[in-house]
Amino acid sequence: MLIPYDNENHPVTGVYNAKLGIWLFLASEVLFFGAFFSTYILLRIGAGGVAGAWPLGAELLNVPLATINTVILITSSLTMVMAWASLKLGKVSKFQIYFAATILLALAFLVIKGFEYGEEFSHDRYPSTSTFLAIYFTLTGVHGLHILLGVAVNVYHLFSAKALYQENPEKMVNRIEVAGLYWHFVDLVWIFLFPVLYLL
Amino acid sequence: MSAEHTAEHLQQQVRVYFIVFISLMVLTVVTVAVSRLHLPVGAAIAVALVVASVKGTLVAGIFMHLFHDKFPFIFKVLIFSAIFFIVMIALFMFGYFDTFASERAILEAPALEEPH
Repeated sequence: MLIPYDNENHPVTGVYNAKLGIWLFLASEVLFFGAFFSTYILLRIGAGGVAGAWPLGAELLNVPLATINTVILITSSLTMVMAWASLKLGKVSKFQIYFAATILLALAFLVIKGFEYGEEFSHDRYPSTSTFLAIYFTLTGVHGLHILLGVAVNVYHLFSAKALYQENPEKMVNRIEVAGLYWHFVDLVWIFLFPVLYLL
Repeated sequence: MSAEHTAEHLQQQVRVYFIVFISLMVLTVVTVAVSRLHLPVGAAIAVALVVASVKGTLVAGIFMHLFHDKFPFIFKVLIFSAIFFIVMIALFMFGYFDTFASERAILEAPALEEPH
């Protein structure tokens, strides 16, 4: 069955359907994470103002590991956009290298996050320990789940890409663009999480 | 309409992607370095959020192609999302500060006269 505007742009929206869908999903994600950020602001002000009883993230959390994770996630955004550009230019093997690198970087992020959590737990710091740790584990946990979901989708694309590209190259390029938009959004959320939780 | 990414345009864009990547790395170093200056809390928050916003704009504008795509519909959706986000924070804040205003009003209100 031929799905209309699967590849070509819709005359009303100006984009193909999947791109419209992912942008609407990302708009809902802005509100999802927005609610958590609002909660963070409220909890911090509620703890006696911005300079009140709120602990400095750097005193409780591992800033060097979080900085490495920031570098990893930004690098994965570059490899993701390069994967899409390579596929668009018809360089399938280059696409596979960049895309596999994106997945490996995402896994590295999760492993480091696991070490960070382990370190917190070893110091008897749990979500129930304090309000700061509750919002820290909630925000980073939800973000980590987004990373995990992205990895699952990207692994599927990595193994199915070549066959689908030979069958319908434009559709595969669009799929990678949509996966990329999600991935860059996850990176964007971390760009704000990092200073808010670790440095302020 | 969404602008087409031609092969020639993509070759140019690849250079831009690497420039943006280096800029993001530099800004990450700036974020960490500024946090070590131990600025007053207000100034530290302002600097960190400005740097994060610049980084976010680079990711959304270049990596997510928002600067390239001529797609007014998604801008409308994102503007609505941003407005709802601001309203959400404002409602929390209004609710929080109103609690104190109400408590003060109760404490400072003149005592009601006993009914005769």
